[in-house]
Amino acid sequence: MKKLSARRRHPLAALVVLLFALAATGGLYAALSPAPKAQADESSQSTQITEGQKLFSVGCASCHGTHGQGSSDGPSLVGVGSAAVDFQVGTGRMPAQQAGPQIQKKPKQYSQDEIDQLAAYIASLGPGPIAPASNQYDPAGGDAAKGGELFRTNCSQCHNFVGKGGALTDGKYAPTLKGVEPKHIYEAMQTGPQNMPSFPDTTMPQQQKQDIIAYLHEVDTAQSKNPGGFTLGSFGPVPEGLFAYIFGLGTLIAIAAWVAARTTKAKKS
Amino acid sequence: MSDTGSHNVSEPHEHLPATGAAHGASAEVRHDPFGNPGHPEHEFRRQDIDEKAAKHSERVVAGLFTLSMLGTLGFIASFVIFPVDKYIYVFPFGHVSALNFSLGLTLSLALVGIGAGAVHWARTLMSDEELTDERHAADADDELRATMEAQWKQGVKESGFGRRKLVRNTMLGALTLVPLSAVVILRDLGPLPEDKLRHTAWAKGKALINPNTNKPLRPEDIPVGSLTFAQPEGLNEESDDFQQQIAKAALMVVRLKPEDIKDKKELSWSHEGIVAFSKICTHVGCPVSLYEQQTHHVLCPCHQSTFDLSDGARVIFGPAGHRLPQLHISVNGEGNLVAMSDFEVPVGPAFWERG
Amino acid sequence: MSTSTETAPTSTRRGPKPAGQRVAEWADARVGLYKLGKSNLRKIFPDHWSFMLGEICLYSFTILILTGVYLTLFFHPSMNEVVYHGPYGPLQGVRMSDAYASTMHISFEVRGGLLIRQIHHWSALIFIAGMIVHMMRVFFTGAFRKPRELNWLFGWTLLFIGMFEGFTGYSLPDDLLSGTGVRFTEGAVLSTPVVGTYLSMFLFGGEFPGHNFVPIFYSVHILLFPGIMAGLVVAHLILVFYHKHTQFPGAGKTEKNVVGMPLLPIYTAKAGGFFFLVFGAIAAIAAIATINPIWTMGPYRPDQVSTGAQPDWYMGFSEGLIRVMPGWEINAWGHTLVLGVFVPLMVFPLVLAAIAVYPFIESWVTGDKREHHLLDRPRNRPVRTGFGVAWLALYFTLLIGGGNDLWATHFHLSIETITWSVRIGFFVVPAVAFWVTKRICLGLQRRDRDKVLHGRETGIIKRLPHGEFIEVHEPLGQEELHVLTAHDQYKPLEIGPETDENGVERKAGPVTRLRARLSRNFYGEHSQIPKPTVEEYDEITSGDGHH
Repeated sequence: MKKLSARRRHPLAALVVLLFALAATGGLYAALSPAPKAQADESSQSTQITEGQKLFSVGCASCHGTHGQGSSDGPSLVGVGSAAVDFQVGTGRMPAQQAGPQIQKKPKQYSQDEIDQLAAYIASLGPGPIAPASNQYDPAGGDAAKGGELFRTNCSQCHNFVGKGGALTDGKYAPTLKGVEPKHIYEAMQTGPQNMPSFPDTTMPQQQKQDIIAYLHEVDTAQSKNPGGFTLGSFGPVPEGLFAYIFGLGTLIAIAAWVAARTTKAKKS
Repeated sequence: MSDTGSHNVSEPHEHLPATGAAHGASAEVRHDPFGNPGHPEHEFRRQDIDEKAAKHSERVVAGLFTLSMLGTLGFIASFVIFPVDKYIYVFPFGHVSALNFSLGLTLSLALVGIGAGAVHWARTLMSDEELTDERHAADADDELRATMEAQWKQGVKESGFGRRKLVRNTMLGALTLVPLSAVVILRDLGPLPEDKLRHTAWAKGKALINPNTNKPLRPEDIPVGSLTFAQPEGLNEESDDFQQQIAKAALMVVRLKPEDIKDKKELSWSHEGIVAFSKICTHVGCPVSLYEQQTHHVLCPCHQSTFDLSDGARVIFGPAGHRLPQLHISVNGEGNLVAMSDFEVPVGPAFWERG
Repeated sequence: MSTSTETAPTSTRRGPKPAGQRVAEWADARVGLYKLGKSNLRKIFPDHWSFMLGEICLYSFTILILTGVYLTLFFHPSMNEVVYHGPYGPLQGVRMSDAYASTMHISFEVRGGLLIRQIHHWSALIFIAGMIVHMMRVFFTGAFRKPRELNWLFGWTLLFIGMFEGFTGYSLPDDLLSGTGVRFTEGAVLSTPVVGTYLSMFLFGGEFPGHNFVPIFYSVHILLFPGIMAGLVVAHLILVFYHKHTQFPGAGKTEKNVVGMPLLPIYTAKAGGFFFLVFGAIAAIAAIATINPIWTMGPYRPDQVSTGAQPDWYMGFSEGLIRVMPGWEINAWGHTLVLGVFVPLMVFPLVLAAIAVYPFIESWVTGDKREHHLLDRPRNRPVRTGFGVAWLALYFTLLIGGGNDLWATHFHLSIETITWSVRIGFFVVPAVAFWVTKRICLGLQRRDRDKVLHGRETGIIKRLPHGEFIEVHEPLGQEELHVLTAHDQYKPLEIGPETDENGVERKAGPVTRLRARLSRNFYGEHSQIPKPTVEEYDEITSGDGHH
């Protein structure tokens, strides 16, 4: 015991502990992560729900209650629907990690199969928005021009003209939509995660959501066309002003220094 | 200068430092280690003494001018070659217009070639001997000043400006009045305000139309936590005054749990917890609609005024001076949401007559 | 070049004169060309990079006019509604004004149109940035002193009009971002007491947005403001020529001369070449970096908006004022005084005017009526330098306030924290900046004094015979001694005794007292370190070199 505590202060001790921790995490992850093989046939609905319930009681029940009824640490999940589960767990926001103004996107903790099982379980608690099928959110099926108009009316006030995100009150923010899967964008509109309001099908029908996704696909991906060149983040005049000062005026002053400088004298060379 | 010239402030010049070397001629009458050492001797550049170096500079300058010519040719070639809708991928800028990119860079080359050539020419081949110009004070000498004063006085006297007061005064009066016509003639730039800022397109019985679907909104369409916008029934995007109307009538509709609504009037003007507020910020008129469904705060993206929709849209932060106006709503016989009247107070930014 | 054979004009050979000379003589006989050229053709300009900042402004202004004329060939200053059917997909079938549609046409269908648009807009940002930096150079070196006060005001007016020239320009495309700025303008105009609603109705031809503001802004942007600015630029340049350029103190440079290179040929080539370099650099920037991509913003609709709605950077400090102002509103007797908007609207020109009037305050305090052509080193005028830095600090604090939403998201802060910091910073930051700058200036003055009296530290340690270690100080050359001591040091004004020699009571008026007090603040013992005198120098250097 004494020996161990003495060695705890060894410079390499931290490294050893870190290696152990990494090995343990990796091993645990390998053990827990599902086998890549696809299930031969679709599990029946009830198996999905049972599996989902198991996952729920391990990973979610501590905050959301043993039956998803909610607790002081997390809201009730009755009636949030499978779309909410798919969005929250699929974007890694759930299970939540740290406290802060808002829960942030991170690498997802569950496989898509597990997410589907969790979603099936939550959907069984009460009716709610259903996770969309791929033909509902495929950008190819939407009209980008109509989507642009809808986006500017309903979305750009928080997410910026081309979905780059923006500030909300008290440190909260609307995240960037670049790199977000079309399905998750669709689900966010359906369910209104965290402080985002929802845009249900009753006020924004499915086709319009698809139009918005088509618009974002046109203007906010790596393939988007930027005719004028480097976009400076598409944040508007602030980065433009910084660029004009640093690269514009900076370059010109450097040139001015060359123009005004004395030519090297023969003596020095 | 007012009273400084009186007597008890010592004359300014007495407090100025004695004219130092910087002010006087550099004639050294006495020992002065800080004195101006005078213009240093001119030193030669390599180009001045070595014809080879000069030749090299000449070639560089000519090269730069040639580069410019190539730039212009490249500009013309790009203009002809690239269609206006051609995109190319350029790291790290992304998929950019081929024409914009090539025209810009070739134009830059054409211009920088000329500029750099001229500057290099000046720096290496033209004489770099420093020269000196004398300065002369701007003000006239006493003789000229006296002449000018005399001429001025003569002119004023001949005009009779000081003597014939009636002429002078009527002229000044005429000159004062004549710009008024320039002000008056601007009158027809626009109509008078009258009560235009007090009314919107909303009126009793007008249905709330969802701009997404162009259909009337129904209470059951709007769940708690959702955000919907609305415009008055009959407002047509194609009509001539659509922009003016929507600038005042734009509406933001959300549903709160009735028990969350703190303001009594807000509750009485709502329908089953559905409340309708003007979307136009009361600060300077941006569409304020950054709605946070959990806090019920709505933020303006322009100047960050924040309103609490659960408390009569009172201002909780930022530069806005008053609440967002609420529209009194209800449902009609068909079950559609309708306005019960126009806004009770003017929407948008405050103004002098708002009261 | 072919004239080189004719070496002397008085040559007896009676051949025809070269064409150039004949043209010049023709013009001379009519407009007095030679008399004009006499004092100007070989005009001397001193070499210093900071003297070219004004040229950056002049050239970007020229580029703005050139590209602006091109843009007018394609732009339609009309707010008639059209439906878009151009090549840009995400706007197909969208209703927009003709102004917006024609800007889309310039950007996507006119070959090179996008490039010229981007050159125009980048030049505008650089033009105003250049004016600010140029103005700061003039300020910190005291180049605004007699006889250049008027030129200081011309320059300041150019900056002031330039900001509105920019604003009216970027509002022309009638896109959602600029339209939001125009909406702000409406709110600002409405906040004017008594006449606000009338002004707004006249500006917009009725209710906002109306169909008028694009044509009105167009007329102001391409005719009224550029006309005034071109006049001011010409006046500014004439005065620069007339006064001859200022110069930094140095060997051979006095208040009575100007040392440098002649206009012909050196500055014709250097300044002419610099124009092409500025144009070339801006063309390269326009080739690689997008500015104001109106196609992503969509046409203006008063019920739409995007987050991150900012004006161009030069309006950013006024945006900061607007954002951090508390929402004060006074309602009385059926009227509303919108202080929350009107106060920042009034403070905005005052911030700029504070720097505009400074030269007149300084000359009043010093009572200095002499001409000044040798520039100050900023450290030798701690109060002026402190004031300039304080002004810049205020300006940049407000710029941060103007972009508080973007600073919030990029530095993980809350909007409220930044806004409150700027509110407090508005008062505190300039004061701190002034104090710190003044201390730094005094420190540098002390160092100059040490350098003059004791020479430069060489870093060489020498052991003396009796064991003492000293660092060898190398004495300065005369040029350096001159530069470090060439500046004037003013003495503060003093109010004389309360009674004159006859015992008659004299009263110093409040203005006199204020002036004396300011003078003490400027030039009192806490505001400058006495520069070394020749006697001090001699006393130290006449020793055995042991110091």
